[in-house]
Amino acid sequence: MLTIENLHAVVDGKLILNGIDLDVKAGEIHAIMGPNGSGKSTLSSVIAGNKVYEMTKGNILLNGENINELDAETRAHKGIFISFQYPVEIPGVSVTNFIKTAINASRKAQGLEDMPASEMLKKIRQKAALLDIDRKFLSRSLNEGFSGGEKKRNEIFQMAMLEPKLSILDETDSGLDIDALKIVANGVNRLRNKNNAVILITHYQRLLNYIIPDFVHVINEGKIVKSGTKDLAKELEAKGYDWIKKELN
Amino acid sequence: MSYTEEELKKELETKEYEYGFYTDIESETFPIGLNEKVVSAISKKKNEPEWMKTWRLEAYRAWLEMEEPDWANVNYEKPDFQAISYYSAPKNKNQYKSLDEVDPELLETFNKLGISINEQKKLTGVAMDIVVDSVSVATTFRDTLAKKGIIFCSISEAIRDYPDLVKKYIGSIVPARDNYYAALNSAVFSDGSFCYIPEGVKCPMELSTYFRINQAGTGQFERTLLIADEGSYVSYLEGCTAPSRDENQLHAAVVELIAHDNAEIKYSTVQNWFPGNKEGKGGVYNFVTKRGICYNNSKISWTQVETGSAITWKYPSCILKGDNSIGEFYSIAVTNNFQQADTGTKMIHIGKNTRSTIISKGISAGNSQNSYRGLVQVNSRAKNARNFSQCDSLLMGNKCGAHTFPYIEAKNNSAQIEHEATTSKIGEDQIFYCNQRGIETEKAIALIVNGFSKEVLNKLPMEFAVEAQKLLEISLEGSVG
Repeated sequence: MLTIENLHAVVDGKLILNGIDLDVKAGEIHAIMGPNGSGKSTLSSVIAGNKVYEMTKGNILLNGENINELDAETRAHKGIFISFQYPVEIPGVSVTNFIKTAINASRKAQGLEDMPASEMLKKIRQKAALLDIDRKFLSRSLNEGFSGGEKKRNEIFQMAMLEPKLSILDETDSGLDIDALKIVANGVNRLRNKNNAVILITHYQRLLNYIIPDFVHVINEGKIVKSGTKDLAKELEAKGYDWIKKELN
Repeated sequence: MSYTEEELKKELETKEYEYGFYTDIESETFPIGLNEKVVSAISKKKNEPEWMKTWRLEAYRAWLEMEEPDWANVNYEKPDFQAISYYSAPKNKNQYKSLDEVDPELLETFNKLGISINEQKKLTGVAMDIVVDSVSVATTFRDTLAKKGIIFCSISEAIRDYPDLVKKYIGSIVPARDNYYAALNSAVFSDGSFCYIPEGVKCPMELSTYFRINQAGTGQFERTLLIADEGSYVSYLEGCTAPSRDENQLHAAVVELIAHDNAEIKYSTVQNWFPGNKEGKGGVYNFVTKRGICYNNSKISWTQVETGSAITWKYPSCILKGDNSIGEFYSIAVTNNFQQADTGTKMIHIGKNTRSTIISKGISAGNSQNSYRGLVQVNSRAKNARNFSQCDSLLMGNKCGAHTFPYIEAKNNSAQIEHEATTSKIGEDQIFYCNQRGIETEKAIALIVNGFSKEVLNKLPMEFAVEAQKLLEISLEGSVG
């Protein structure tokens, strides 16, 4: 699904990603962990095609196609989705309207007509139920005045509606209380199938109790320094990131 | 080099497109220039009674003594009023009962504008009085309205057929010497609409008029007079589009509204005159005076979506004369490239318990300048007057300007006046968020702008709201690099 080779990226002249290699296959869940400032969120931005970051070396391949030069919306049309750590507010644009616009933009790129209203409504009902989302929530302005938990739930709701091939969940657990965390994790687990893949970016092991990853990678100073199974996450939780740093030295 | 028939056709098509389209309807145009003879000739052309001619001439003389105002936050080359022709009318000025009778060339123009009359007619009960250049050429649904006693016709017809009503109200809200452009309009107005809703009648359909400028070099001076008698209701829509043309065109309209006791008038405008090209060349000068008076318990609501014109100078206002009367102003003004807009409202509180609401949304892009200018005046007699004003500005890029000039004059201690203002910029993070969801940048901007303008868009009648949303999108095309 996603292959990253020797990825280097710079922001404001500062090297943030320093040779990332990663291979994510369909049906897999990968967790990327690491201390603050290690480059975790930058990795998701670069995969998404955020032009604030300059890719200086390496390749990103999606299903074998090199997407280095593609703009963000085209990558989205090809099935990349980011659940943002800090989702932005768009006043006056309802959650429903935003999702409708996003879905129809992708359909247009694929040469399809707009999704019929009845189909859209049915899908919204179904996915809202899956994530325990109140109907009133759907008519509110996108992220405006949302609590931390509501914002994250809204991100996962969009993911459910857009049905991406590759979802990157950037610190989705931060700002969530335990009930919200369970709902979100439950949603991700149910959306998972053999044709899509998920990358979880997280600082803490907590989320991984609810979404069990197939692989765990530890990132430090812009490089993946250790990879393993879910046990690696537990080890990290117990020993802290200093343990990895020491081991590296 | 010789052309084949096919090549020639193609060549001509491209040429035509370069200059915008232009309808080849035979028309009668006065020579350029303005003097008493021209004013009298306009009046004569329209077979007006003597009192009307006298009124025009008085306005003309007043205008001669006035100076073009320069206090607005706009810069432009002052028009040469002697270089304009003040009258242009399609020669074939019959009244049509059905579309079949209308000049096919004219219908083609409407099709090019994307506003086919057929389509419009199908919309839920919209009656139209179509004004091309200066003379009404088609009126529909008049019979339905007539049954209710509603008069909806061109102002020229009203002067002929309902002289008492016109005489009583014309210039009563916007006097001929009110301001420079109003005086000019009073002297030379060519045509416009007249509407009278009798006592207790609720107008069964939205009234809509489309104004067009279509004759090179002729200014358009529309005059609209709308009277809602006691306890009546009317919703009036006015939409403007002008074919693109590479020269400045002057547009100085006057609109007067009268809401008698317990009446309500909703007046909506979508203004999309040619804004000039990307380099700021050409475009319409839009100097408009719009004002309404509210008697006891009545209400006037102005809603405007202003996307066009090179220069906009426009302050739809309410004189809240009657007790418990309400004035509202909802506005979206979009400026792009080198457009300049100085627009807002005046709410004059005279009666007791009068209320006014002002919601203004300014969107500036490119090198444009967008100003809100508003006056809230509470007179000494206006006990318990209330006003709420909200002025929001949205900026795109860093070469445009947004300005707010709110004036408040309160002479009664019981007045409550609130003013809120915000300025924001479309953020790169907002755009990226949309991009990541598969929404391309231009569409993302349209989405953000529509969200920003929502409170005002919601005030528009349904079929106009959709059109207005599209218009916002089109107006901001190419505003990001």
